[in-house]
Amino acid sequence: MTGRLRESLRRLRLPAVPLLWLLAFFGLPFLVVVKISLSDPATALPPYTPVLDWDAGLAGWADVLAALDFENYRTLVADPLYLEAGLTSLAVALGATGLLVLVGYPIAYAMARAPKAWQPLLVALMVIPFWTSFLIRVYAWIAILKGDGLLNQALMALGLISKPVEILNTPAAVMIGVVYAYLPFMVLPLYAVLERLDRGLVEAARDLGASRLSAFRTVTLPLSLPGLVAGALLCVIPITGEFIIPDLLGGPDTLMLGRVLWSEFFSNRDWPLASAVAVVLLVIVAGPVVLFREAESRRLERP
Amino acid sequence: MSRAHPLAWAALGLGMVFLYGPILLLVVYSFNASRLVTVWAGFSTRWYAGLLDNGPLVESALVTLKVALASAGLATMLGTLAALALDGRRRFPGRPLLTGLVYAPMVMPEVITGLSLLLLFVGLGIPRGFWTIVIAHATFTLCFVAVVVQARLRHLDRSLLEAAADLGAAPVTVFRTVTLPLIAPAVIAGFLLAFTLSMDDLVIASFVSGPGATTLPMRLYSQVRLGVTPEINAISTLLIGAVSLAVLGASVLTARRGR
Amino acid sequence: MTTPAPPPATGRLRFEAISKRFDTHLAVDGVDLDLAPGAVFCLLGPSGCGKSTLLRLTAGFEEPSAGRILLDGQDLAGVPPHRRPVNMMFQSYALFPHRDVARNVAYGLEREALSRSEIAARVAEMLRLVQLEALSTRRPDQLSGGQRQRVALARALAKRPRVLLLDEPLGALDRALREETQAELRALQRRLGTTFVVVTHDPAEAMVLADRIGVMAAGRLVQVGPAAELYERPATRYVAGLLGDVNLIEGRLGEGGAGTLRSLDTPLGPLRAFDHHGAGAAGAPGLLALRPERLTLGSEGLPGTLLDATYLGEKILYRVGMADGRVLRASGAPGAGFSAGAPVHLAFAPEAASLLPAEPA
Repeated sequence: MTGRLRESLRRLRLPAVPLLWLLAFFGLPFLVVVKISLSDPATALPPYTPVLDWDAGLAGWADVLAALDFENYRTLVADPLYLEAGLTSLAVALGATGLLVLVGYPIAYAMARAPKAWQPLLVALMVIPFWTSFLIRVYAWIAILKGDGLLNQALMALGLISKPVEILNTPAAVMIGVVYAYLPFMVLPLYAVLERLDRGLVEAARDLGASRLSAFRTVTLPLSLPGLVAGALLCVIPITGEFIIPDLLGGPDTLMLGRVLWSEFFSNRDWPLASAVAVVLLVIVAGPVVLFREAESRRLERP
Repeated sequence: MSRAHPLAWAALGLGMVFLYGPILLLVVYSFNASRLVTVWAGFSTRWYAGLLDNGPLVESALVTLKVALASAGLATMLGTLAALALDGRRRFPGRPLLTGLVYAPMVMPEVITGLSLLLLFVGLGIPRGFWTIVIAHATFTLCFVAVVVQARLRHLDRSLLEAAADLGAAPVTVFRTVTLPLIAPAVIAGFLLAFTLSMDDLVIASFVSGPGATTLPMRLYSQVRLGVTPEINAISTLLIGAVSLAVLGASVLTARRGR
Repeated sequence: MTTPAPPPATGRLRFEAISKRFDTHLAVDGVDLDLAPGAVFCLLGPSGCGKSTLLRLTAGFEEPSAGRILLDGQDLAGVPPHRRPVNMMFQSYALFPHRDVARNVAYGLEREALSRSEIAARVAEMLRLVQLEALSTRRPDQLSGGQRQRVALARALAKRPRVLLLDEPLGALDRALREETQAELRALQRRLGTTFVVVTHDPAEAMVLADRIGVMAAGRLVQVGPAAELYERPATRYVAGLLGDVNLIEGRLGEGGAGTLRSLDTPLGPLRAFDHHGAGAAGAPGLLALRPERLTLGSEGLPGTLLDATYLGEKILYRVGMADGRVLRASGAPGAGFSAGAPVHLAFAPEAASLLPAEPA
């Protein structure tokens, strides 16, 4: 028994540090969020009650537990604003991810079929935006989309419209921004799968009587599904909680959960309500996160 | 033979225009003489000259660099450890937990990570400032380091490690003399990735920073909210230039190594 | 189509002046070839000689830069791969990893307007043919190399192609399995009567499988014929060396031409040999090719010294040092008692030796 315990401890030598770090700074904070989401706001520092008093012992814990309630969640359910924000988040995340698949798949496919010598360059071109500041890239669209912006100027110069159309501060601007910012996240996992795909398989399908389209449908597409799933999850989860893009490009009516959380926290200083929004957001993305984790660890741990 | 369909090529071309067009426009307009950002009024570098006199801006740039260096260093150590722990068939209690904790922060919405860390720091009574940003950044970037290093470890020829052990190297020596040199490119790449992610972060830093620790993205954000200005274009251009040079340099280096 | 021959009436493949250029590289250079229906033809040559390109041109993955490919008289130009009545067995096997054995075999049939039951029946028949009935629900990654090879074969045969193209069909198998599989493949082809075109770099494999062999080098077809003809009457030094051990003696050609016995003036004196293909004009440099088993050790012929004798079971290999310092190899039945260092004489029948042009190699 002690032998087995010692063996376990020996095996934990390597993982112990990262495991403890992530538990302390990623796992534990979620519990804190859940606790605060059950607290009441207060004009104090910290701006919520009850505050756990470390010196009060077990009785203090009991008092805290007794003071917790679901008031914030009731607020969330009662106010249609929050329901709408939740639905908008989901709609934007799912819609944009669908759009990303449509835009990203042909790009990834062309990259994978490009001459071998070009491929490192094409990958680098996909990766560079990813290394470039997210904030700056989203900001760059403001000058393009605003009323007297370059897109409107171009459209008017072409005679397609007679007076500027409102694009900035609309859901359309948010969609454009999201597709733009997340495109590499969709393209790169797809490219990774398509590039490794044995071209002989498509040739075999063609040889066995499949047209280009049916070879794609029966061979390429099913075999690229893992990349498609990875890319979609890599996009849909963070987009659901996206803050910067709806904040800079969206109008007052494109309320998304990330933005609501931000304003509850920074503008209204209602930490407990912000925490409740975080918990709701977490519940929404929990399923996809678990799926992503499974997919990634399976992909990486395959021999 | 199985070349891509012309439509796929068109998509690739348009995709590149889509990705780079906005950035290029931003760069071009940073050299615009006019303050009106959408009207071209001749070439000028006046906005760049003005940047150096902007004291708070330079200061927050320095803060950002320091945070990025410290957090990337920490993340590289933790992430490499995590990758080594998760490598191969190594079994230990809590393995599924560690796997989950490594992949989840990659996709977790930043507002959640930021808020939850802030509440933790407040709850524990840790004063907010430089070090809380470092801890927060190390936490979410270590996952990216772990994934990059893990990918490299998977392609490592096991027989090299066995050969070293066979020639009398103790496990620690095997790691120092064989494993580490072989995974070094991935470790460096992981460091650079963590560094850029930290430099780039607005949301998490906004939550966990305190007085006196305003990062460049935070300062940029407060200005961006007020509208498009040539100064922001100029800073952005400098940042984009620095990153492009770094990525190009790194890819040239790895290409030469691969040959 | 034209001749009412007994089965198979189809599967006649003709190459007419076929060339294929990739950028600046001429992969296939003016190949003319007429393949008999129902036979096994082997394209033999080193990697990069153009044999695989010829196969891919036939399958339709490449279009020829010049020339025509005719299948039973029909020009295949412009016919996409999926409309060609030929099927290919890929070198890597190219088994679909997301489909099990039965669904791999069914793939080609599903592209046709066949009913479910027809497909099932044909798949079962194919799996029986390659003895894989028991493994029909396995995935490719759960199969051994030999089993994968048989799945690939069954899949390519399922559509009953007029010509089956096999790209290094046994290249991924280990030696023992390869020999066993060669025999199986040969027997299967006999039973089906389908035209087989096999690409291989292994001369032994070509000799076992083929009715006729075409030797390729640098994009050109060097010599075509049955294995015995290529072995006994090689047209070039390359073909001579490819199919087995050979002694080469250089010299100047005497009078004569193709189809005659000619003399060759060599450092070992004038030697007589048969010129099958036209080795060159009188006075031109030539080569005499002689298989070791055609050289006999005795008391007559060219004088030399026995350097050593190696016992190889079914035969003994002798190395004999000649007057000018060269070493010739001869082989004979075990039992003859020659000892190393003894003076010996080498003799051969002129008809057993071939005259070749000195160049090209």
